[in-house]
Amino acid sequence: MKHVIIGNGPAGVVAAETLRRYDPQAEITLIGEEAEAPYSRMAIPYFLNGSIPDQGTHLRKAGDHYEHHGIHLRQGSVVRVEPESQTVVFADDAELGYDRLLVASGCHPVRPPLPGIDLPGVHTCWTLADARAIAERAAPGSRVLQIGAGFIGCIIMEALCSRGVKLTVVEMGDRMVPRMMTAKAGTMIRHWVEKKGVSVHVNAGVTQIVAKGDALVATLSDGATVETDVIICAAGVRPNVAFLAGSGIAMGHGVHVDEHMRTDVRNIYAAGDVTEASGFHTGERELNAIQPNAADQARVAAINMAGGEARFQGALAINVLDTLGMISTSFGQWWGSEGGEGVERVDEKNYRYLSLQFKDDVLVGATSIGRTDHVGALRGLVQGRMRLGAWKEKLLKDPTQFMAAYVSQTQKVS
Amino acid sequence: MGWARKILRVDLSKGTCKSEPLNMEWAQQYLGQRGLATKYFVEEVDPKVDPLSPANKLIMATGPLTGTMASTGGRYSVITKGALTGAIACSNSGGYIGAELKMAGWDMIIFEGKSPKPVYLSIQDDVAELRDAAHLWGKTTWDTEEIIKSSHHDPQVRVCSIGRAGENGVLYACIVNDLHRAAGRSGVGTVMGSKNLKAVAVRGTVGVSGIRDFKAFMTATTAAKKVLADNAVTGQGLPTYGTQVLMNVINEMGALPTRNAKEVQFEGARKISAEAMHEKRLSDGKANLVTNAACFGCTIACGRISQVDKNHWSVVNSPKYWGATGGLEYEAAWSLGAADGVDDLDALTVANMICNEDGFDPITFGATVGAVMELYTMGVLTKEQIGIEAPFGSAQALLEIAHMTAEGRGFGKEMGLGSARLTAKYGHPELSMSVKGQEFPAYDPRGIQGMGLTYATSNRGACHLRSYTVASEVLGIPVKTDPLVTEGKPALVMAFQDATAAFDSSGTCIFTTFAWSLVDLAPQIDAACEGGEAGWSVERLAELGARIWNMERLFNNAAGFTAKDDDLPTRLKTEPAQTGPAKGLVSGIDKMVPEYYKLRGWDTAGVPDKETLARLGL
Amino acid sequence: MQKSLHIDPSKCTGCLQCEMACSYENHGVFNIAKSRIKVFNFEHEGRKVPYTCTQCAEAWCLNACPVDAIRIDAATGAKIVHEDVCVGCKVCTIACPFGTINYVADSGKVQKCDLCGGDPACVTACPTAAITYVDADWTGLDKMRQWAGKTNTQPRASA
Repeated sequence: MKHVIIGNGPAGVVAAETLRRYDPQAEITLIGEEAEAPYSRMAIPYFLNGSIPDQGTHLRKAGDHYEHHGIHLRQGSVVRVEPESQTVVFADDAELGYDRLLVASGCHPVRPPLPGIDLPGVHTCWTLADARAIAERAAPGSRVLQIGAGFIGCIIMEALCSRGVKLTVVEMGDRMVPRMMTAKAGTMIRHWVEKKGVSVHVNAGVTQIVAKGDALVATLSDGATVETDVIICAAGVRPNVAFLAGSGIAMGHGVHVDEHMRTDVRNIYAAGDVTEASGFHTGERELNAIQPNAADQARVAAINMAGGEARFQGALAINVLDTLGMISTSFGQWWGSEGGEGVERVDEKNYRYLSLQFKDDVLVGATSIGRTDHVGALRGLVQGRMRLGAWKEKLLKDPTQFMAAYVSQTQKVS
Repeated sequence: MGWARKILRVDLSKGTCKSEPLNMEWAQQYLGQRGLATKYFVEEVDPKVDPLSPANKLIMATGPLTGTMASTGGRYSVITKGALTGAIACSNSGGYIGAELKMAGWDMIIFEGKSPKPVYLSIQDDVAELRDAAHLWGKTTWDTEEIIKSSHHDPQVRVCSIGRAGENGVLYACIVNDLHRAAGRSGVGTVMGSKNLKAVAVRGTVGVSGIRDFKAFMTATTAAKKVLADNAVTGQGLPTYGTQVLMNVINEMGALPTRNAKEVQFEGARKISAEAMHEKRLSDGKANLVTNAACFGCTIACGRISQVDKNHWSVVNSPKYWGATGGLEYEAAWSLGAADGVDDLDALTVANMICNEDGFDPITFGATVGAVMELYTMGVLTKEQIGIEAPFGSAQALLEIAHMTAEGRGFGKEMGLGSARLTAKYGHPELSMSVKGQEFPAYDPRGIQGMGLTYATSNRGACHLRSYTVASEVLGIPVKTDPLVTEGKPALVMAFQDATAAFDSSGTCIFTTFAWSLVDLAPQIDAACEGGEAGWSVERLAELGARIWNMERLFNNAAGFTAKDDDLPTRLKTEPAQTGPAKGLVSGIDKMVPEYYKLRGWDTAGVPDKETLARLGL
Repeated sequence: MQKSLHIDPSKCTGCLQCEMACSYENHGVFNIAKSRIKVFNFEHEGRKVPYTCTQCAEAWCLNACPVDAIRIDAATGAKIVHEDVCVGCKVCTIACPFGTINYVADSGKVQKCDLCGGDPACVTACPTAAITYVDADWTGLDKMRQWAGKTNTQPRASA
């Protein structure tokens, strides 16, 4: 059996390893576009702030890991998939046949269409190469303008600040991480980073960028101008699906998959950021570009590709963010559920926050700030659809007892 | 080094919190907790001070073994001039807050002055601040703990607080921590309330790192834990039965003060004993005792977790008492039970819950109810005055009076005086079973003679925990002595007093001394603490105990106490035991005191002589 | 035979010796805030429950780690955090549905139970044998995994 995996991010690597475990004889090829060993974008901030070298970002540390597991690494850019002949075609016209194909091509950062976005000095922060370029230009004392304060924007903020740059952030939404956190939490994060010396403009976009000598001048939607040395564009991501045009695979923004992570084309599977899988709560197709989700989907896809049986129960949004030392998390339907109940506990002075959202006596979503202990149990409660019974009332009164609730409900007296 | 080497000084008048280095010279002489905090106290406070005035101070202190792996290393003490007694007060509590305070990096907190409005102290490691407590004032200790944990977003916060009793000036209010542990006696909670200090909330994540020799410490604490595990009392008796193991034993000896000490045996003892707590109730088929529980670091686990029958008349309309919580210890079972002639186990358990919930000492409370019941029987107090018929044996009266005391309602205000003031007010001071204003507990000095001297000479007023000669006279620890004789008791009491003062200054629990002596304690302290060339030997700890005892004595003498205060209630000296092994006996206290003074190196007025002071470096 | 922690909450008294032992073993101090095992107290049920990582077969933390910092110890089967590799991204802390891998701000790394290399300090410290380290077959490990499975959306192969 010949397995081909397009994309060597976490989804690709986990899928390759899982295939090897379930199909010891299979031929496995893992295709990556970049001239790097498979690495994790999650680690880029730590590379950028100098706490780890290149290798520290690598998904697997042993030098012979892939060789040892019989996973063939191939660098190249796939430009086309031909389902009839079960072949993928590379930019250099090389071809590679497959019995099962996994599309784990991930996503790419969006560059908003505005004048000057392609000027030198305007970077995305997505690849190791991007990070190296930013590291070179973002010297101590230099001015950096960051477009977007979403997840990626927030995790690189610390790295930039630790480099001693003067940072300005522009966010279209009314708060930081608007698609990941409640209004209150996003606002608290904003106050926190402002306290740390970052200048934040919310409800604002960049309308144009012009060069001014070595510097760049960005005009904001409110008319203000910001002169800066570097612009980093962190305005969201889109699935990498261009090369699938003409393959016949059903797609929206991302590749449509079923619960077995199959596309509607025979022998082609997809996993990770590139997919539009059904949401855990909604059952509707949604994009969900997060690492744990990618790893889960990859395992499901690989087991099915190897002839096993595994189902994906739906993508659950789980996020953790360290924004200049302020740690926040969100889980599931953090915005709440129609007809459900919720509780929000705010301690602005000490930057602590907790919101729990219920549907009946089941937790469907949560948001926290300033809390690191036992946060995983929030996932456990949401994903296990655990009935809380009398604990729900207790949690509405004191949400900080969620871990006790979890332990109580899982460690019943036998 | 065991110590965190840092103390927190809180000026409630000014609203400030300041860090100070611990006086290490004093630490070498007084170790920690009771000894060291008392040293600070006597250096800083005028012995004549009115306990409820802003000039009184209140110290919460840990010991060097608090917050360590030493068994029972979770204790803290509250030192002040007692509201009930006017004597030096030192109330010791377990639970978890002592260890938390140490793990936050503090050896002790000194509160001084008086806050203009209700506040509570919040400690998060090195950050300490006074916060508004308007929303907590009027709340029970249970509610206070819950509200603070919730508002701090942290279920791990440890809280000690006063309940309504402490706010209302009940003179024997305690400071309750972890729902049902308490710095219980002498009115330390009343002093806290007088300062408008509602609670202390602590979260410590710094830990205890300054152990002198970790390896030696682990060896010493492991060995000491084995001693506890192998001992019949600490290894089996206490975990299984708790201190309540004593109820039937002491009753059999004819040393269970009953109905305000009119009698020495209680016919209902078995019904309120440890054995009864284990038995299934006829009403709902469940036992009163749910499980045993430990305080921080404790490998004995004598604590009782009890649950009453939901349909018991006392709680049928009060769901908050339906869950499991701290149950009866021996002293409370005695004071609420035998002392009042009440034998309804669930009723006593609920009365004890009310004491925890609103923070008042069940020993003094129960003993005061006993005095009230006697006054009622004599016709001195009437149903109209009390608000309920209150004959001995009435569980209804006990609970109604408990509620009134908790809420500061009606006769509850009178109850808040304690038995000495209350009986004096109604013209019968002889009916108060107290010494220096504090009621004695559950061992009748007619049947256990050593305890008479213990009560009479206890520096904090009558108390069993200053020299628990029951260990020797009843249990044979370390050697069996005859409980019915006075011979040899002064020396026994003195040795117990000194050793106890050392234990109380270490951070460990006095209950370890059923199995441990200073021989077991010394190596643990020595491994934890810098002790100079001499190290921490048994002899040094015994001497330290004597030094503490004499320091406390000097304070009390200066506060106005004299030899005549080292005495027992007349009843114990003139009304012989009518039943049991002690039948016909009264307390031989008058024989023991002079000998005790002599052994102590005190003159006949009970004042330490120059040689004694010089020998102890006082 | 692989061994695992067996926890019997009915024997727990809440003394927290396990938490101190854990913090001492791993951090060289007595600091229960840093313990990897945590005792939960259910006051009104009269129940105390020591709780830590079950070294679950699903290894959510390991799978979620973006930098291969969590690996299986061949001798004990424990999932171990390699501190030198961990970058502190905390993804594992939200991936583990049991809440038993946690971020430590001081070190900037995560920590979890590693079975102390086969001689768990909590077991040695527990005075009532509420925590024991026994052959996996005896531990009701399957039972524990069963409730682990309740939150499991991950695949179980039928192949």
